[in-house]
Amino acid sequence: MQARSSTGRTFAAHAVLITWTLIALFPVFVIVVNSFKSRKAIFADPLSLPLPSNFDMVGYATVMHQGDFFQYFLNSMIVTVGSLFCVLLFGAMAAFALSEYRFKGNTLLGLYLALGIMIPIRLGTVAILQMMVASGLVNTRTALVLVYSAQGLPLAVFILAEFMRTVSDDLKNAGRIDGLSEYTIFFRLVLPLVRPAMATVAVFTMIPIWNDLWFPLILAPGEEVKTITLGSQVFIGQFVTDWNAVLAALSLAILPVLILYLLFSRQLIRGITAGAVK
Amino acid sequence: MGALTLTAVTKSFGKTDVIKGVDLTVADGEFCVFVGPSGCGKSTLLRMIAGLEDVSDGEVAIDGVRVNETAPAKREIAMVFQSYALYPHLTVRDNMGLALKQAGESRAAIGESVNKAAGMLSLDALLDRRPAELSGGQRQRVAIGRAIVRTPKIFLFDEPLSNLDAALRVATRIEIAKLHRDLKATMIYVTHDQVEAMTLADKIVVLRAGRVEQVGKPMELYNNPANTFVAGFIGSPQMNMLSGAALGIKAHTLGIRPEHLAISRDKGDLAGRVSHVEKLGGETLVYVQVDGQGLLTVRLLGEYDWQVDEPVHLTPDQTRAFLFDADGLRIRG
Ligand SMILES: Nc1ncnc2c1ncn2[C@@H]1O[C@H](COP(=O)(O)OP(=O)(O)OP(=O)(O)O)[C@@H](O)[C@H]1O
Ligand SMILES: [Mg+2]
Repeated sequence: MQARSSTGRTFAAHAVLITWTLIALFPVFVIVVNSFKSRKAIFADPLSLPLPSNFDMVGYATVMHQGDFFQYFLNSMIVTVGSLFCVLLFGAMAAFALSEYRFKGNTLLGLYLALGIMIPIRLGTVAILQMMVASGLVNTRTALVLVYSAQGLPLAVFILAEFMRTVSDDLKNAGRIDGLSEYTIFFRLVLPLVRPAMATVAVFTMIPIWNDLWFPLILAPGEEVKTITLGSQVFIGQFVTDWNAVLAALSLAILPVLILYLLFSRQLIRGITAGAVK
Repeated sequence: MGALTLTAVTKSFGKTDVIKGVDLTVADGEFCVFVGPSGCGKSTLLRMIAGLEDVSDGEVAIDGVRVNETAPAKREIAMVFQSYALYPHLTVRDNMGLALKQAGESRAAIGESVNKAAGMLSLDALLDRRPAELSGGQRQRVAIGRAIVRTPKIFLFDEPLSNLDAALRVATRIEIAKLHRDLKATMIYVTHDQVEAMTLADKIVVLRAGRVEQVGKPMELYNNPANTFVAGFIGSPQMNMLSGAALGIKAHTLGIRPEHLAISRDKGDLAGRVSHVEKLGGETLVYVQVDGQGLLTVRLLGEYDWQVDEPVHLTPDQTRAFLFDADGLRIRG
């Protein structure tokens, strides 16, 4: 009786999850499938799989020849990984300071840092552009890394500070008595214990950065610093859109983000199963 | 090497005063136990001695040297926590050796100290495991081992046994007592378990709301409590507090331990009714509801048959009674 009802529940849960997965993956499926078809086949039967009759790699060919796609990829990678590194490192450090030390204005500072969650950074675009011009950072990847770090930090600080509050005080105090420096306590004791939170923050920070079109267009439209999202835009014209190329570019753009995600999700699972301090 | 002196030590968190002026000396080699109800500031005081919490005012001195501004690692103390607080990513060996490594000791010296401590606590077989692979009792022994390895001047324990089950608690308690005899080190031990306090301590410090109520040897506190708080706190089951007015005596309160209250079916000073009986084998606890006095506890050695709801009479042994005034202070003489 017990077993049957629990299999029933497992089945129901899986049915829901599978349905959700199918819905979520459907657009991706359509993009990938159609990127391998001829233009006519895309419009005639968008849901069919690529068949020998309509198989066509023209999209990929266009993408490879038009502009320096490999460079765009690299730029996106550099900007995303760079921003992610800054957000995680500085976010975790700020979160540790806020959760661990008692000082005047602690709560106020925490609120100030969290404010950015609610205010979209794009409101400051003009000022940001002026600053970048003044500091000569226009058309550099550094400009993007800086802006994205600012964009990602508020949520990172907020989530990580909450998690760090749950790390046992006794453990940190044991470290202090054993003569560990505050840096060692932070990097060796606290960070490994909040790894699941770090992975969550990483995933939530990474995707908007990878997909962003706004700041690359404004701050770094130059050929050698273009990101992949911006690079793909050349195929979307005001009058004609090269759908083969757009779909191929999008399919390719999924890959790196998928790899990064797999990387972090493995961390996430390891973080959960590593076992907390007992 | 390891005398501790606290002089008018206070601690406030913002506007709340948690420790309100504590003076205390712990002699070298003494086993001192802090007891008191939850939230009275025992852990805070211990953390101030360790240097994990700033001292708001007053002075903490170890061996006569002021250490208020000294970092925890430099105070030559070691601390054992209730939650064990082992480093999850290190093996037992590295957990125990970390402090020496930080202090720049040689590998050989660290290995020797760790092995010696492991031998004392029979941890030899566990040295290469990680904390996650140990039972609660083993973890606490490792935590104690980590403290021993440092050969500190003062050992600090914050309720080290309260996460262990009853049998392990007794075993570890005996182990700690043995360690104290072997190492002859100063130990300061926080607990709210009075059996631990009575059995381990050379000196008990009873705290209430950030103040020291009484300091003394366990038997001194038991036989000679300074006020109703200490009288009620030390001894189990709790001392009975009778209202003096109802007994027709001058004192405000008469305290009488459960074993000094005689129970009889026919006559006595206080008439009541048995409300509950607990037979523990070696002793029998009879709870008697007395009008105007509340529930009183009688402790009898051996097995006795008292029926619930049976009318009984109680007589306090006047020579063993403690008298207290309206402020709860002891009336002597
Ligand atoms: N960081 C802090 N900020 C504000 N108040 C605190 C802080 N730490 C402790 N307190 C307060 O100080 C008082 C004493 O706390 P402490 O932990 O020393 O109690 P305790 O005697 O160890 O109690 P227990 O037996 O429950 O462990 C409590 O009232 C607690 O609320
Ligand atoms: Mg405590």
